[in-house]
Amino acid sequence: MSLRITLRTTGRVLNQIRHDPRTIALILLVPSLLLVLLRYIFDSQPAIFDRIGLMMLGIFPFISMFLVTSIAMLRERTTGTLERMLTTPLHKLDLLLGYGIAFAVLAALQATVATSVAYHLLDLDTEGSLGTVMGIAIGDAVLGSAVGLFTSAFATSEFQAVQFMPVVVAPQILLCGLIWPREEMIGWLQAASDVLPLTYAVDALLEVSAHTDATDQMWRDVAIVVGATVVALLLGAATLRRRSG
Amino acid sequence: MANAIQVDDLVVHRGGKPVLRGISCAVASGTVTGLLGPSGSGKTTLMRAIVGVQKVRSGQVTVLGLPAGSPRLRRRIGYLTQDPSIYADLTVRENARYFASLYGTGRRAADQAVVDVGLGDAAKQLVSTLSGGQHARASLACALLAEPDLLVLDEPTVGQDPVLRHDLWQQFHALAATGTTLLVSSHVMDEASRCDRLLLLRDGGLLADDTPDELRRKTDTNDLEESFLRLILALRDQPVEVA
Ligand SMILES: Nc1ncnc2c1ncn2[C@@H]1O[C@H](COP(=O)(O)OP(=O)(O)OP(=O)(O)O)[C@@H](O)[C@H]1O
Ligand SMILES: [Mg+2]
Repeated sequence: MSLRITLRTTGRVLNQIRHDPRTIALILLVPSLLLVLLRYIFDSQPAIFDRIGLMMLGIFPFISMFLVTSIAMLRERTTGTLERMLTTPLHKLDLLLGYGIAFAVLAALQATVATSVAYHLLDLDTEGSLGTVMGIAIGDAVLGSAVGLFTSAFATSEFQAVQFMPVVVAPQILLCGLIWPREEMIGWLQAASDVLPLTYAVDALLEVSAHTDATDQMWRDVAIVVGATVVALLLGAATLRRRSG
Repeated sequence: MANAIQVDDLVVHRGGKPVLRGISCAVASGTVTGLLGPSGSGKTTLMRAIVGVQKVRSGQVTVLGLPAGSPRLRRRIGYLTQDPSIYADLTVRENARYFASLYGTGRRAADQAVVDVGLGDAAKQLVSTLSGGQHARASLACALLAEPDLLVLDEPTVGQDPVLRHDLWQQFHALAATGTTLLVSSHVMDEASRCDRLLLLRDGGLLADDTPDELRRKTDTNDLEESFLRLILALRDQPVEVA
């Protein structure tokens, strides 16, 4: 491991994205546009927007960073750059953390735009602070990146990688409490929801929604999200094989 | 002279079929060794085994005194893959500087390597917009700037014009003169004649391990291309012996 190589890798990934302005625009603007859409869908029910809109602030970064990372990693595999990297002094964790930090930076920008739009233009209302919501959103993005890094190992084409999104992401969205409260789901679905990391990401945001100050439960949720990220990164490292057939 | 590469009875299977059938050879330090053979004979596979990215079935590969693939070798080996493997969405210079940072060789070495492969004018161009030969050279620059003890180059001059090929081979020999060992695969016979020693593969077996002069003498011809044809055709209708 080397901090220098990790940061250079972050710089390299950010450079690649910098050369792709359309992707940047999509990442930064789409969440805000969807929030506007939600705001007017629930025009007569601002309390529902306060709940759903807030949850979406945690779900967007998870989805977009999951997709961007799994495609980026798949490209590294299919173009041979990954194999070449692994013959250099680069450590596997340098690569994974390099990606993680780069997408955290991107997620911070995305979260800044989306939360600003939600709070200032769309009147989203929470007890807790905007800063805490942004912090949690960035954590969700890094989780999405880590999960994307890991699942990309199981895809051999872009088609497959994109199809992992409904497989890996959709169940988490359905079960995290966004469309129906978790407490009212039948037992085995609650159990499934309990082991999915996005559940805790969303729960942390709901804590911010209801309480002015950080609660113990919020910290527990954040700790679980961080723990799941570390596990996904380690699993991802295990899928980076130096030797192949 | 010590051997930079020592291969003992190496067997590699790919896709369930034997691709290297018990190869033994050695590459002396500070030399330029050519790796030749028909398409599909196993050149790339042997190089992959040497840089430590190929699963091997049996046998030993020792590189710079260490088992191939040892972590300590990673800063001592430069590897050029046959298909250019650099980032298409970065410029030539950004690629070179990133690779330089991995090897800790710095920006100046990166920029110099780009100039050395004749891409000084295209340094700020995105790799995805380069011509085929330029793309291959950009990838080569990233291998050269490793300043390694061993350079493994898989068809480094394919798609290049004669003047560039000449320049690149001068660089290879200049590197060898400073003690770097080079293993270079090629299909071009005038390049074979520039090597200190030649390894000729056929169907995963080692057909010859000689200097260019020895090869010419053994096959009774002054033309290396003719030597290879004779060596390979002489065996074409015979079954390949499995080691
Ligand atoms: N991933 C793979 N799976 C199965 N077989 C493979 C794989 N890669 C290579 N082979 C086979 O292994 C053999 C040797 O391939 P290799 O790439 O080493 O040849 P080569 O000498 O480098 O050829 P060329 O001059 O065309 O580059 C070929 O028959 C090839 O079809
Ligand atoms: Mg080859």
